[in-house]
Amino acid sequence: MITAEQKPMQEIIQYIAPYSKILLVGCNECVTVCAAGGRKEVGLLASALHLNHLKQGKTIDIKEITLERQCDPEYVEELAPYIDGVDAVVSMACGCGVQTVAGRYKKSPVFPAVNTRFMGASLGQGVWAERCKGCGDCVLGITGGICPVARCSKHLFNGPCGGTSNGQCEIGPETDCAWRLIWERLKELGMEDRYEDLMNAKDWRPGGAAGPGKIIREDLA
Amino acid sequence: MNTQSRLEKILASGELAVTSECGPPRGARPEKVKEKSALLKDHVDGINVTDNQTAMVRMSSFAAAVIIKQMGLDPIMQMVARDRNRLAMQSDIIGAYAFGINTMLCLSGDHAKFGDHPMAKGVFDIDSVQMINMVRRMRDDETFQGGAKIDGAPKMFIGAAANPFADPFELRVMRLAKKIKAGVDFIQTQCIFNLDKFEEWMKGVTDRGLDKKVHILAGITPMKSVGMARYMKNKVPGMDIPDTVIKRLEGVSKQQQPEEGIKMAVESIERIKQIKGVHGFHIMAIEWEEKVPQIVEQAGLYPRPKV
Amino acid sequence: METFEPEIVAFCCHYCAYTAADMAGSKRISYPSNVKIIRVPCTGKVDAIHLMKALEIGADGVYVAGCLAGDCHFKNGNVRAEARVNRVKKMLTELGWEPERVAMVKLSAGMGEQFAETARKFTETIRKLGPGPGKRTGIDDRAAS
Repeated sequence: MITAEQKPMQEIIQYIAPYSKILLVGCNECVTVCAAGGRKEVGLLASALHLNHLKQGKTIDIKEITLERQCDPEYVEELAPYIDGVDAVVSMACGCGVQTVAGRYKKSPVFPAVNTRFMGASLGQGVWAERCKGCGDCVLGITGGICPVARCSKHLFNGPCGGTSNGQCEIGPETDCAWRLIWERLKELGMEDRYEDLMNAKDWRPGGAAGPGKIIREDLA
Repeated sequence: MNTQSRLEKILASGELAVTSECGPPRGARPEKVKEKSALLKDHVDGINVTDNQTAMVRMSSFAAAVIIKQMGLDPIMQMVARDRNRLAMQSDIIGAYAFGINTMLCLSGDHAKFGDHPMAKGVFDIDSVQMINMVRRMRDDETFQGGAKIDGAPKMFIGAAANPFADPFELRVMRLAKKIKAGVDFIQTQCIFNLDKFEEWMKGVTDRGLDKKVHILAGITPMKSVGMARYMKNKVPGMDIPDTVIKRLEGVSKQQQPEEGIKMAVESIERIKQIKGVHGFHIMAIEWEEKVPQIVEQAGLYPRPKV
Repeated sequence: METFEPEIVAFCCHYCAYTAADMAGSKRISYPSNVKIIRVPCTGKVDAIHLMKALEIGADGVYVAGCLAGDCHFKNGNVRAEARVNRVKKMLTELGWEPERVAMVKLSAGMGEQFAETARKFTETIRKLGPGPGKRTGIDDRAAS
């Protein structure tokens, strides 16, 4: 999923300072799962913003709504009945959702309330870790199911570097050395001999080097 | 012989090679490069010029290598994958070669986290193994990494690093084999303090006959003090400092520690000379370049052969 | 300010604090009537939004009373509740409100005396802090929305 974290409260407060009617929009997808911008977080942020205004002896109108998927024009259309009645939109979706809303409702300022972090997986309750960089040319099939692009701090394709100690990355003990993990997994799979295959310099075009990515499926478009 | 590199000539002659290094200054002070290099000039066959070592901004290795070259010495230009993409690397390699720099070292580079710009985005377009391969193809196939022909190919003698002490240990010989496959000519190892482990690694190297395919220069660092030893043990990633090293330094007075450190370095060289497959030494006297001549002389590696 | 009587909401776990409140009652140990008790099956059920909404619509202080460490009927509901209370404290601080307006306390079913003592102390803390967010402009009608 795409992971996100709520922005510092003061940053959000500054965005909306000039406005008195806000449409606060959550998303039912990734940001709900990572507890950053789902229905629950929309309620909590709305409440926090109310408390902020009460502190200043003011009031603010906040319409809370959580869309099925904010990165999909079909669902973003559901905001149409409310948009004219508000001064600004605050989106709790990832950057994809924020931009879909901003692209559809051109006259309304749209502000992000979360920082989109990475594509990750859940490691347990309340813990998410980066697992994919969207490089566009997946190598997991030859690296034992562990991604060197996302999980090696230096994106090494022929690792590990000389900084590994006690199986951890040189950047710190909370990060596993991806190449140690790859090696262990290759051994488990009886694929040790694959380690010495040279991995050639990567073509970064599918991962963004060729400009903003776009997929067009002729059979669906 | 593939190149004009003095280091290649020494190694081809079968003599033990000696290299050392010079960390460029953190400012436009060419005289600092000259001072450090002058200390080394008669005692080494090549001077490594580090590339933003420990991710701290310094004078570029290219520029400092040019200064050293213009002194009539032999720089070994280091290049890290952290700070350049393949375009920048190749243009710098051609540029350096145009100035007569014919020996280089391909490295991944310390993570930016350790330096003075931890907020910087690391490039890591290609890794050190891929860099080796790129430089080899520029030399042997006279082509750029992208495939086009080079008019005036840089003929670099290609080096890389190896850390026999980082884990997983069992991968360390295999990764060397990978660098050899990519086209590396010589290897400078991480500082060796755990000689038993280095011997074990070298046995793995020679068992596979890799010593016939690459020249291994053993990394030697003299300890200035017990404080430095403790710091390296605890703070420097991938460093293996046995307690015996620390104990021995603790056993002498503070004033005697530098001399003891040099003695230990010389003893290490003497022992490593006996190890099959070692073709030379890379002496990294960190901010202590003036001691390199003494170490080289005491270790019986002086005078340097003329090639 | 002399007439200020704090309104306090206490989310009490059915298995411990709520029973303790009962015991205080049956033992005739008095505690301030400012404290309004909401019984919950486990404090793990109390979310940050409940604390925030209570403050927003007029409570001057809110506390969560769960089981003693290690005694949660549902394993670790009290631990989760405490984490949420801490999160709300952080949010209140960011918003310029006093973090002391929310609190986590831990009691066993037999601690009637301590229940009353907690209620008294918390009421005094809030009395000193003065009216909460929802009281400032008297928008109590939002309770209905």
